Amino acid sequence: MSIKIKHYKPTDQEIIIGILNNSSSTLEHIYVVYFPMVLKLIINNNGNEEEAKDIFQEGVLVLHDKIKSGDFELSSKLKTFIYAVCRRLWLKRLSQKSRFSGDIKDYEDYFSVEQDVAQFEEKDEQFLMMNVALSSLGEPCKTIIEDFYLRNSSMQDISEKFGYTNADNAKTQKYKCLQRLKKLFFNQK
Amino acid sequence: MESELDLIKKFEAYLHQELSADDLIAFEQERKNNASFEQKFIAHLSFIKDLKSYGERKNLSIQMDKIHATLDLSALKDQALEKPTLIISLWVKHKKNLAVAASVAIVFTMATLLSTGFFKNGSQNTSYSALKRDMESIKRSQNALIRNINNKSKDIAPSQFGGTGFALTSSGYLVTNYHVVEGADSVYVQNSKGESFKVKTIYVDPSSDIAVLQIDDQAFENLSPLPYAFKKTNSDIGEDVYTIGYPKDDVVYGKGYLSSSTGFGGDSIAYQISIPVNPGNSGGPLLDNKGNVIGIVSGKQTQADGAAFAIKSDFLLKAIDNIPQDSLTKKIIINKKNTLASLSRTQQIKKLQDYIFVVKVYNN
Repeated sequence: MSIKIKHYKPTDQEIIIGILNNSSSTLEHIYVVYFPMVLKLIINNNGNEEEAKDIFQEGVLVLHDKIKSGDFELSSKLKTFIYAVCRRLWLKRLSQKSRFSGDIKDYEDYFSVEQDVAQFEEKDEQFLMMNVALSSLGEPCKTIIEDFYLRNSSMQDISEKFGYTNADNAKTQKYKCLQRLKKLFFNQK
Repeated sequence: MESELDLIKKFEAYLHQELSADDLIAFEQERKNNASFEQKFIAHLSFIKDLKSYGERKNLSIQMDKIHATLDLSALKDQALEKPTLIISLWVKHKKNLAVAASVAIVFTMATLLSTGFFKNGSQNTSYSALKRDMESIKRSQNALIRNINNKSKDIAPSQFGGTGFALTSSGYLVTNYHVVEGADSVYVQNSKGESFKVKTIYVDPSSDIAVLQIDDQAFENLSPLPYAFKKTNSDIGEDVYTIGYPKDDVVYGKGYLSSSTGFGGDSIAYQISIPVNPGNSGGPLLDNKGNVIGIVSGKQTQADGAAFAIKSDFLLKAIDNIPQDSLTKKIIINKKNTLASLSRTQQIKKLQDYIFVVKVYNN
């Protein structure tokens, strides 16, 4: 199922459905509509546009995770949620850089999103670990794993791409790769 | 014991539904019966989930970067940046100078206020000055005089403050201002002939600034009956008034008129009078044309010319009524008969002199 959202303003509910279905037009809509708000928050509070980009994208990821995890209840406007999350993330970033003067200029309403941000940070750690594990996996394992698990290619395609005589050989290779990845991932802990 | 690779093979085959029907049943069976197998399976599942969400996130980031690249960032930035208004930018520019200027101003103001004695009294008292005479300034000249006395008689230190007081009865009750005798260790009065008597303070009313004294000296003989009466009603604005007091060691006469029916800052217990008065006049009687006492001279306004104040005589009478009579050795009987009315001013003053005293206050 894919919802087409073109040039009309989707409701918050429609945006949530769009995110659940990985709709790229929903993502674009969120980006175009809400990025300026976050940009304003950050460049007027000791930040630059690169930092605004980072913070906003992290904010969208928090929203994405929350919607995908299924416990997102639209208790407020989506805009307020995004603003609150980005505000929280930016405060943390500022205090890390010890540029935080204890006072932030606000442009929107917000509410406490500590828990969501904390959950996101936990996941962020796993994300970085997975990134390290994958990049130290080496070829052809990295591509095989990425093709199969991330890009959902079939074993048939993969065995053709890498010149295996049959899909079973490719499968055996994939198992070995997965075993190595697991080892790399868990040994970091 | 199966190797890890075998396990992964099994798990993956199960997840992708590649097991035969028999193997599937065996697999389900093992999950139920073998706890460690089940645990490993769940760990594998969660790992695959992590891997997938990693992919999803990475994908999302790539997509967002693409969208980001299409934005007109500089235009957005212009919109988002708060433009400081003219005043704010001026403020930011000159903040430091202003701070320096303000602190200099504060320091100078404080220094000026301090040097002019602004902080010494309450703010009202800055312009109200009680007319108690501070003897400190003339101490030296007096010292010489007293030394002569010392050689002949007993040792008396010079008084520190002086005011005026006048007789309330012929039996030796006097009235003066509370601020004259405030904090006194001992109080003496001296009549126009130069005789000194010790007095004791028998009643004070700080709120109306009145003190009643009694001559407590064996040398004192009763005065002849008082020639003046005390007026019970308020006097009118414009009335000619005069006072007799001791701003110096000799009696001084001052003449003026009643200029307002309220005192300093609208105080209704006092009159405003236009009379030249000086420190030492405090406690002196304020009399009208006929020689009735209408008030007690108490103070003047320092920042205005010709604005002195006198407590109204009806407040004096009220204060006297408040004195518990049984605490007194002699009853206070207020004279109601005025024998001055028909006399000329000079004659009035001559008669009055005997009833007006210098009040000398000692507080070590």
